[in-house]
Amino acid sequence: MTAIFKGAVCAAAMAASLLSAGIAAAQDRPIVGFITKTEGNPFFVAMRLGAEQMAEELDLDLRSFAARSSDDNESQVQAIENLIAAGAIGIAIVPNDEAAIVPAVERAREAGLLVISLNTALVPAEAADATFTTDNRAGGILIGEWARAHLGDAADTARIAMLDAAENQGLVDVERDQGFMEGFGIDVKDPNRWGDEEDERICGHAMTLGSEAGGRTAMETLLQQCPDITVVYTVNEPAAAGAYQALRAVGKDDGSVTIVSFDGGCPGVADVADGVIGATTQQYPLLMASMALEAIKEFAETGERPEPTPGLDFFNTGTTLVTDAPVDGVESIDTTAAMEICWG
Amino acid sequence: MEFQLQRKSKTRAFRNFLHRYPTVIPAVTLAIAVGLFALIVGERFFSPFNLTLVMQQVTIIGLLGIAQTLVILTAGIDLSVGVIMILSSVVMGRVSVTYGLPVELALFLGLATGFLCGLFNGLLVALIRLPPFIVTLGTWSVYGAIIYLVSRSETIRAQQIEDTAPFLQWTGNMIRLEGGAVITYGTILLLVVAAAVWYLLNRSSYGRHIYATGDEPDAARLAGIKTARTLIFVYVLCGVLCALAGWVLIGRIGAVSPLGNQTANLDAITAVVIGGTSLFGGRGSIIGTLMGALIVGVFRNGLALAGLDVLWQEFSVGLLIIAAVTIDQWVRKMSA
Amino acid sequence: MKPQAILEARSLEKYYGSVVAMDGADFDLYRGEILAVIGDNGAGKSTLIKALSGAVIPDSGQILLDGKPVHFRSPLDARNAGIETVYQTLALSPALSIADNMFLGRELHSGGTFGRMLGNMNMRQMRNQARDMLNELGLTTIQDINQPVETLSGGQRQGIAVARAAAFASQVIILDEPTAALGVKESLLVLKLIRDVRDRGISIVLISHNMPHVFEIADRIHIHRMGRRGAVVDPKKITMSDAVAIMTGALTVDDTAEKQA
Repeated sequence: MTAIFKGAVCAAAMAASLLSAGIAAAQDRPIVGFITKTEGNPFFVAMRLGAEQMAEELDLDLRSFAARSSDDNESQVQAIENLIAAGAIGIAIVPNDEAAIVPAVERAREAGLLVISLNTALVPAEAADATFTTDNRAGGILIGEWARAHLGDAADTARIAMLDAAENQGLVDVERDQGFMEGFGIDVKDPNRWGDEEDERICGHAMTLGSEAGGRTAMETLLQQCPDITVVYTVNEPAAAGAYQALRAVGKDDGSVTIVSFDGGCPGVADVADGVIGATTQQYPLLMASMALEAIKEFAETGERPEPTPGLDFFNTGTTLVTDAPVDGVESIDTTAAMEICWG
Repeated sequence: MEFQLQRKSKTRAFRNFLHRYPTVIPAVTLAIAVGLFALIVGERFFSPFNLTLVMQQVTIIGLLGIAQTLVILTAGIDLSVGVIMILSSVVMGRVSVTYGLPVELALFLGLATGFLCGLFNGLLVALIRLPPFIVTLGTWSVYGAIIYLVSRSETIRAQQIEDTAPFLQWTGNMIRLEGGAVITYGTILLLVVAAAVWYLLNRSSYGRHIYATGDEPDAARLAGIKTARTLIFVYVLCGVLCALAGWVLIGRIGAVSPLGNQTANLDAITAVVIGGTSLFGGRGSIIGTLMGALIVGVFRNGLALAGLDVLWQEFSVGLLIIAAVTIDQWVRKMSA
Repeated sequence: MKPQAILEARSLEKYYGSVVAMDGADFDLYRGEILAVIGDNGAGKSTLIKALSGAVIPDSGQILLDGKPVHFRSPLDARNAGIETVYQTLALSPALSIADNMFLGRELHSGGTFGRMLGNMNMRQMRNQARDMLNELGLTTIQDINQPVETLSGGQRQGIAVARAAAFASQVIILDEPTAALGVKESLLVLKLIRDVRDRGISIVLISHNMPHVFEIADRIHIHRMGRRGAVVDPKKITMSDAVAIMTGALTVDDTAEKQA
């Protein structure tokens, strides 16, 4: 028992000395904070890697933080407070709660830091100095248009399953969902809510939490309601992979159902190549992160703030449709090209 | 010797009855839920296909629930069951797909991972006598971090596994019965595990020691039971069962994903509690947990098919938990 | 003829730091008797009893069972030697059945070596033996051997604990405050039960604060004082108040002898 205890003390002491060594090594260079949702999601890991590379290039002292879970606001608030205290020049953050984080962000800006929101805008968007993100609605429109063209006449009689992330209808979640519908030619009614559409072709919405297991169960549920499903929209590629397993279990992996998705992660692109996913919208988390760091460095040196993309209230880091079955009227790249620039 | 027999009122007799047959309430609840949804939703719910689908959907929760039941019977709790499951599945996937080693070895190492995680929990609880809640709260984070280290946050795709290590997806194989019923190997595995653990708890002396350790640890020690050894055994078995659940998870989602199944942890505890196992230890059963898992599955599936919001699914499951704990308190009051 | 001792202790000593719990304590239990052990709080009687039941290992001194020296390192050792202890807390598992409790920690197995490895319990035999034992001791109001112990009254629980000890003790039963939690009527029944067990040939050590109970059933009384045996008295030849006086040090045995003379 005492041996175990001693072991624990030794381990703690070693950890402490490593930490202090790390702190000592990183001095003098300007500090930039990088706060993500969780370490669990490859998307945010890719972002952090992008940030680390760019920090190396720009000679910045990058301090990364990740919340414990994707609904944990408090640990992000603490991370901001710590960065203010450490004298950082700027922060790039992927907010877990776009509204709840705002007071902490305001404190950081009052302290003279440049704050860039990544992946999604804050609520209100002006609370951050800038937003670097994918245009999720435009990305949704891409897969919607593709699906419509891909199905041809069958699009008019399609039965569509909508596999979203979570019931709280988060901004990214809604924009992708409603963008897809818009692209497919469905009257979305309120573009900021799903579920109010009246188009018969929509079978229903089910929640996946963006995971494989959630995708499978959600797909199974919708298949029970509408056994004749022909199109599946998924909020991200893990959900798409799970949905495919459910389709396979009932023998619908024969090409009778088209799955579209969003993200363009390497496993997702491979799924497109294998025919699991028909088309996916690729986004560029590395770019978001590295551009944000450049902007922060620029601000520190010249005082200039980043400008949003003309016509939008955020800086668009771009989206590309990935498919091996291109259609007329929708620009796309094939999986070979996408594989070279994919993340995760 | 004529000790006065206690006067038995009707409520007391009922309470006694519930004490003797704790699975009655979940069984009745399950029957009512199935009947109700059969009425409201009709054929789409009450078909062999859908009922077996519910079983597929609760297979993982059922396995984790059985593991959790063992720990809760000792008056402990294991918050790390979900992450042990995912860590084990990540080890299986990494070893066989990424490193190309034989799939049998991968499966073994995955189970060994569960064994070690459980052993670590058990040693901390039994020898250092830390509260299980705190220990497993800690190891939840520790094992969770190891998941990201081992997986590098990467998903191993279903197609990769199919090409290099299809045996990892073995639990997802299906048996199609007449009338549309579909049983997966994973579900059969669950039933086999449930039978084995039922035997352990009800027919073996180890099981008696588990109940006694949870019910009244001092009495168990004085009766000559090695309670520390019993606790370690329980946590180790829990870890191995979680690893087994990890294998079943691969069969279900096809892939190996560090994101895994985030709600599995709480769902498993929910199944245990609704199944009538007391959080205070010493009372409960495997059959109850299986029914608890089915109740949760039936509610989720039935309410979704009835077209109700996810919110109402969570709402009703929450009410079930409160009702189950209230009944447990009431039954336990008997001893006071 | 000197009666034969079944359990003896010679010059036991036990220190907890500078506190002396046993200071050369002696102890003699004769075959087939009920020996009551009384003593003021802090007199060290519970340390003595724990040493005899294996819960405390004395620093020095000797314990003899049936004339042979024994060294108990745990209560299990004492139990295996034939000494059963009924603790004040009873050491019953409330949620388990009567049969389970009677065999707790020493379940009967069936199915040979393999069955033993699996821990395969012989439940029918355990139930039958438990029922037989209760019947033998006249605990007939307990009809259902599968009833959880927590549904029993305090006296019934005490009965189960004594029956369990009687079932497994080959030599000695140590009873710690068996009547402390019971009402008058139930106490009398438990005392009768203790006497019945004694009549079956088992020697009994009874620790109790209840003087009327002690005087009602003890054959001899060991009075513990200041970490050692102060006196052994015959309850038929001494009054209750004198026993208490010796216990508290207000009288010595010689004083009482004078009084009787």
